[in-house]
Amino acid sequence: MATATLPPKNSPGPKVNRLGLPILEYRGGKSTLCAGCGHNAISERIVDALFEMGVQPERVMKLSGIGCSSKSPAYFLNRAHSFNSVHGRMASVATGAVLANHTMKALGVSGDGDTASIGMGQFVHLMRRNLPMIYIIEDNGVYGLTKGQFSATADYGSKLKTGVINDLPAIDTCSLAIQLGATFVGRSFSGDKKQLLSMLKAAIAHKGTVMLDVISPCVTFNDHEGSTKSYKFMQEKDEPINEIGFVPSFEEIDVEYDHGTTLDVTMHDGSSLRLRKLLEDYDPTDKVLAVKTLMQSHENNEVLTGVFYVNTEMPTFIDLLNLVDSPLGTLDQLQTKPAREVLDRMNASLQ
Amino acid sequence: MAIGDLALGHEQSKSAVADADRRVVNDFSIQVATVNGSGSQSANSVLLRSIFGMGVPVSGKNLFPSNIAGLPTWYTIRASKDGYVARRKANDIVVAINPETAKDDILALPAGGVAVYDESMNLKQYRDDVACYPVPFDKITAAICPEAKLRKLVRNMVYVGVVARLLNIEMSSVEAALKKQFAKKQKAMELNFGAVKAGVDYFNEKLTKHDPYFIEPMNATKGKIIIDGNAACGLGAVFAGVTVVAWYPITPSTSVIEATIEYLKKLRVTEEGKATFAVIQSEDELAAIGMVLGAGWAGARSMTATSGPGISLMAEFSGLGYFAEIPGVIFDVQRSGPSTGMPTRTSQADLLSVAFLSHGDTRHVILLPGSVKECFDFGYKAFDLAERLQTPVFVLSDLDLGMNNWMSDPFVYPSTPHDRGKILTAEDLHRLGSFGRYEDVDGDGIGYRTLPGTDHPKAAYFTRGSGHNAKAGYTEKPEEYVEVMDRLVRKWETARTLVPEPVVVRNGYSKVGILAYGTSDFAIQESLDELKKGYDAEPDYLRIRAYPFSTAIHDFVASHERIYVVEQDRDAQLASLLKLDLAAEQVAKLRSILHYNGLPLDAETVTAELVAGEGL
Repeated sequence: MATATLPPKNSPGPKVNRLGLPILEYRGGKSTLCAGCGHNAISERIVDALFEMGVQPERVMKLSGIGCSSKSPAYFLNRAHSFNSVHGRMASVATGAVLANHTMKALGVSGDGDTASIGMGQFVHLMRRNLPMIYIIEDNGVYGLTKGQFSATADYGSKLKTGVINDLPAIDTCSLAIQLGATFVGRSFSGDKKQLLSMLKAAIAHKGTVMLDVISPCVTFNDHEGSTKSYKFMQEKDEPINEIGFVPSFEEIDVEYDHGTTLDVTMHDGSSLRLRKLLEDYDPTDKVLAVKTLMQSHENNEVLTGVFYVNTEMPTFIDLLNLVDSPLGTLDQLQTKPAREVLDRMNASLQ
Repeated sequence: MAIGDLALGHEQSKSAVADADRRVVNDFSIQVATVNGSGSQSANSVLLRSIFGMGVPVSGKNLFPSNIAGLPTWYTIRASKDGYVARRKANDIVVAINPETAKDDILALPAGGVAVYDESMNLKQYRDDVACYPVPFDKITAAICPEAKLRKLVRNMVYVGVVARLLNIEMSSVEAALKKQFAKKQKAMELNFGAVKAGVDYFNEKLTKHDPYFIEPMNATKGKIIIDGNAACGLGAVFAGVTVVAWYPITPSTSVIEATIEYLKKLRVTEEGKATFAVIQSEDELAAIGMVLGAGWAGARSMTATSGPGISLMAEFSGLGYFAEIPGVIFDVQRSGPSTGMPTRTSQADLLSVAFLSHGDTRHVILLPGSVKECFDFGYKAFDLAERLQTPVFVLSDLDLGMNNWMSDPFVYPSTPHDRGKILTAEDLHRLGSFGRYEDVDGDGIGYRTLPGTDHPKAAYFTRGSGHNAKAGYTEKPEEYVEVMDRLVRKWETARTLVPEPVVVRNGYSKVGILAYGTSDFAIQESLDELKKGYDAEPDYLRIRAYPFSTAIHDFVASHERIYVVEQDRDAQLASLLKLDLAAEQVAKLRSILHYNGLPLDAETVTAELVAGEGL
């Protein structure tokens, strides 16, 4: 896949993107997560995607809850404001932030505990609002910071290091998100560089709620034999339903594709998401089929990955609010403080 | 039961049947007992406005059940030539429309009282010391309202007519009140005015006045407005330029938001039809305050409104707001707790939990409005303070203030510009090179912040509820943590100088002082007159309007020998909060007058307790 990079002008310096920024400007602090943690790979892909898409770092807001995953916004994009909030409640903070400034790109990072257990209440309501933001679940099936308890995305029959078997069904955040109204839903694997990067770039181009569940093995507490969220398990069971190609709006589309096997989705910003079918008859614009396919995959003990659902037509929550173009947070009092005569009128009407 | 905490039996006095010479003018309470959901609200409102229109100071209280329809509800109207607006313990006139409570309602009247009721109930059998006015409401209604389904509503206006005639309220005033109520609905106006007139006609034909209560014209309401506290809070917020409103419905705060939405739609839509605001009904109160903080962090003036159970749910986020230093405004319209408590009864029992809402060492700035005018003023000021102090600011109202109509001087336009606090722009950063989010540059404990989207590579900082240092970096270092915690205390001291000063109602007359806040003021103002007239006592009085407590409050305590802290909760929460603030030798001066039965405080209670305490 082509990237957004341009050759630097007159110097053999570092590669820069369309804004003239080197990738260094998209990096964050040094990770304090375990070596080999899937979350670190996801942070790297986020850096790559923002760099390649040429997103101005200051135009991004990073938001997270609490947990290993929620620490990761400190490890990418230092030049963006970041809000590490409370456990399970990033969704509401992000909602408020987006309402205050809908001109920015909001990127939320959560975990499986942070989303599917303590954060379920806010997660489902975020999805149904189709608020413009990217919501990433770094999903490892366990609580890392408290040393390895199951989370609600742990698969039925999965085994903890201590030998405890999970005897409850997993919550599938993707099928939930699709049912509830998210308009770009996919699952990937932290170890699949190419798929995850393409998915993230398409996510950046999408206008409504993007929900990405990224399986991200916990090397310390959930990477053993019997775990269904281990590197080994994913390498064996990962079944991509489509091959994802992404052509940004600022690049020429020059690659021919087969219309019978590939769906070309034009994103809001004019870029192209090309999904080549790997699963026969799969249509990522069909909500019912998407949910059905996901439910079937659970019956078959498969882990489907890819873009499950995309809808570029649905109005976002911001569209529904009919807001002024400028961010609400920066309106001055000429726009927000009614005049003296208005209060005089109000007083008169109350007499 | 009847809503009055005096259940006077008729055995109390049989000799007190109205003596012909007694004349009570513009100084009595009327209680209308109906069934909720029967549409009596508009009739009661017309009655209130009719008295207001006569120039007589008036206040109304709705005592209603937590129920949609079918349970008893009472509306009390107090006319007071002296301008008293507190609840009175006993009512003089009852309009008994609800058969279920009618017997209790008439039994609760003092001797010499007045009862208007449906003639089928034959309430006269219970009291021979009350002036009774039986009225065949159904018959009168049927005659003037052919449409059966409208009769239930129109029937209420018949009692308005009867009472208006009974009290000598001028018809022109009733008509003006009806016009206000039915604004542009000409047909409804005519039908209802017809019902009022039918009530008057019936009185003229069949009844003879034999009680001492009269409304006579005064000139004490000219230029005054009538509004409820919740609407006043909403209006204040709209003038403060609120841009993000996140909320979850809960009695008695819901109408704060409903009013805010109404005013926003009217006043804050651009010529192009675009909104300069966003309102979001959230999934719960946890989300509501999360949205408020997210929006406040990103630069919006944001608010929510809630009540006790919602406040409990907001605890964790409130601590984040305090520690990460994010502006936001939270209106808490207090109701009786604990737990679900009595959702439609008033209280001041959230004070302590709000002051320290959340775990860890957390303290919150609280504004304490004591009138609808202050609901407006503080509804405005809360946003300035939240941004100046970079912290959540709570406005503590209560059901009595919030959901009842009050007479007030017109609101005054807030002429000071919005204070957005210490915000660095890209230009500032070009000049400064960089900044530390939690550095105390000015020595007032308040750092400088940047807003997301500021176009400068050094603008960003990391906001977190975890331990952080002056540069907003993560820390577990003891000295860095202490530095931040101590700076927050400095900020608290700055807040002490910025919040509204107390109102010194009277000082220097007495060795005894009264401290109170919010709606307790109405009863205390009346009690002060009672104490002077009845006991020749003139205690001083200071009304607290904010937490942290101004040094003026410390001085007031220091300059008196005994301080009575009057409040509407069981656990002496205001006194407890004061004790944390006062020097040890001052603490022993405090004693409490507590009222916590869910009804608004009345003057008699304050007077009685003060008289007992002082041995007057």
